[in-house]
Amino acid sequence: MLLMDKDKNVVNLREPAEVPKTVAGVSMPPMVIADAAETDRIAPDTVGDVTSKDAVIRVRGGNVHYGETHALCNISLDVGRNEVIALIGPSGCGKSTFIRCLNRMNDTIESAKVTGDFRLDGQDIYARDTDVVMLRARVGMVFQKPNPFPKSIYENVAYGPRIHGLASNRAELDDIVYGSLERAGLVNEVKDRLDEPGTGLSGGQQQRLCIARTIAVNPEVILMDEPCSALDPIATARIEDLIDELSQKYAIAIVTHSMQQAARVSNRTAYFHLGRLVEVGPTDKIFTNPSHKLTEDYVTGRFG
Amino acid sequence: MAEPLTPAETRRRVDASLRRRYRTEKLFRLYGLVSVLLGVGFLVILFTTIIGNGYGAFRQSFVRLEIQFDPAVIDPEGSRNPEVLASADYAQLVKTSLRQLFPEAEDRASRRDLNALVSSGGAYVLQKMVLADPALLGQTRDLWLPADDEVDLFVKGSVPTGPEGVQEQRLSDQQITWIGRLEAAGRLEQRFNTTFFTGGDSREPELAGIWGATKGSFFMLLVTLFLAFPLGVAAAIYLEEFAPRSWLVDVIEVNINNLAAVPSIVFGLLGLAVFINFFGLPRSAPLVGGLVLTLMTLPVVIIASRAAIKSVPPSVREAALGVGASQMQMVFHHVLPLALPGMLTGAIIGMARALGESAPLLMIGMVAFIVEVPSGALSPATALPVQIYLWADSPERAFVERTSAAIMVLLAFLLVMNAAAVWLRNRFERRW
Repeated sequence: MLLMDKDKNVVNLREPAEVPKTVAGVSMPPMVIADAAETDRIAPDTVGDVTSKDAVIRVRGGNVHYGETHALCNISLDVGRNEVIALIGPSGCGKSTFIRCLNRMNDTIESAKVTGDFRLDGQDIYARDTDVVMLRARVGMVFQKPNPFPKSIYENVAYGPRIHGLASNRAELDDIVYGSLERAGLVNEVKDRLDEPGTGLSGGQQQRLCIARTIAVNPEVILMDEPCSALDPIATARIEDLIDELSQKYAIAIVTHSMQQAARVSNRTAYFHLGRLVEVGPTDKIFTNPSHKLTEDYVTGRFG
Repeated sequence: MAEPLTPAETRRRVDASLRRRYRTEKLFRLYGLVSVLLGVGFLVILFTTIIGNGYGAFRQSFVRLEIQFDPAVIDPEGSRNPEVLASADYAQLVKTSLRQLFPEAEDRASRRDLNALVSSGGAYVLQKMVLADPALLGQTRDLWLPADDEVDLFVKGSVPTGPEGVQEQRLSDQQITWIGRLEAAGRLEQRFNTTFFTGGDSREPELAGIWGATKGSFFMLLVTLFLAFPLGVAAAIYLEEFAPRSWLVDVIEVNINNLAAVPSIVFGLLGLAVFINFFGLPRSAPLVGGLVLTLMTLPVVIIASRAAIKSVPPSVREAALGVGASQMQMVFHHVLPLALPGMLTGAIIGMARALGESAPLLMIGMVAFIVEVPSGALSPATALPVQIYLWADSPERAFVERTSAAIMVLLAFLLVMNAAAVWLRNRFERRW
């Protein structure tokens, strides 16, 4: 673990963070980068600016232990409104663990222990009085493997609104289902067979169905855990277009193994390495001019 | 590092190992085939013996007699009082009719022999007819009455052979002559044995039926099903989905597994101590039997249900939690429907085991000789396997074929239940 040994000496690798002039993506709000001193204070291990001007999710000093394993180490990161943040890094570096902390999916793992300050709109996610059901309604999640319920397409999308009581009658529910399928770009393919099982769709369609299911609940943040890893390039392209559209309305955190995908869909990119957040920055900077040696090695394909 | 192998040497070595691999495979297949054939062989032997012994019980010899419903015998005072009609000496009518057919039987001994040709159940048939329709009095009817079990065995040719190779014939030569004459006159016939399917137990083989035991088993299984399935499923769901991981849960888990292996007679003793002695529930009641069998089946249901719940893929749980379902909604909307086929299969297999169980029932008095067909879960009853045990224990030789016939009925029930398990599994199983 040669690279890891150097990790403690990264400080001398640091450069002052640059303010990007233009950032990848067209309709992106200007990203205000705080001064390096602020980042140094809240995230001494991380290069680049972890803060976001209009943060909907704010994590400070997040740690996750799986039993003896220290899976996430002192992570501080913001996710801004209408922002797509890509989390990249080699396998086992804690990207998925990180986003699963944001809607407390790690609660289902017996040995997981989460510490630190995780906030959604200023509200402590891990506070005693925070309702998990409410949290998950506000922070939706799309998983790595498409996992539609073994029910009809309609029921898949209608399930969330139904349990949360979002529709007061059948017509409203129909509207939500139809609208969600439309925004997920699936409506033309399935509108004549809403009664057929969701599991009968192709992989890409299933994943879009899962996205429709997530946005039917009208969340504020969507977490995506490698949503395209099981899909072919065409289906992937469709999902990426969809992410682009969804970013108009939602904050999106997407874990991906594909650097091209990160470059295509995200405004900001965070590079994780062995449970540490190594570098955060505007996507084009991370890919064209990374500050940290590890980031550079990874994005240039020297390892990973 | 040794020299790399030449391609020819590699091929030779692979070839040598290949032959060995194929030989082991062949041998293994042979073992498998032999075990399967052995199993099938024993099954065939089992079925041929049982069916060979038992099919005779489905047919029964009847004697056609001209019965004169003589008012002087049944109701000498002409009161037509049902109590008088019920307690009249109907056997006398049968005896009179027999004596008319064979007037040569004059001394007591041969009369007794003659009367022994017809089952004592004949009198009950006549009594029932008169009670249903008192206008029969004074009329004469041609009736088929059940023959005695020894006559039945003789007619069927299934009188057992004793140790000296001689048939152990219990009929006298005179009786055999009479039987021949009855057959020649068309007065002795094999007919379908409805009594076997509609009657309760009896000391007379020709009057014994399994309906009482079947109903007893039915009530018992009903109690078991309605207690064991909901309790077992609820326990499994709680342990699997809600219980916090702690040493207490581990202890409970170990004990459930142990309970599944406890000999069933122990549950019988428990039932005797708790349900009968402590709670004062009636003896021999299907309710108590059902409770005991519930205790016995519960661990099996819990273990099967937990396995079914565990086999639901975690992606379904994550999907449900991800859209904000509560734990309860996740379990009842998504996990349970997927786990249901496995749970049903487990429950039915547990029930099938309960249906075939006799040992615990002996402890709670369901081994009593009960003639009455039970009318509910609280009336005294016996169960199919216990009935088989009782008949196998009876001295009358005609019970041999009835025992086998009862086994056939029990096996048929088990077959139906297992088929239902397979059907339910296929019906509810969903792909994901």
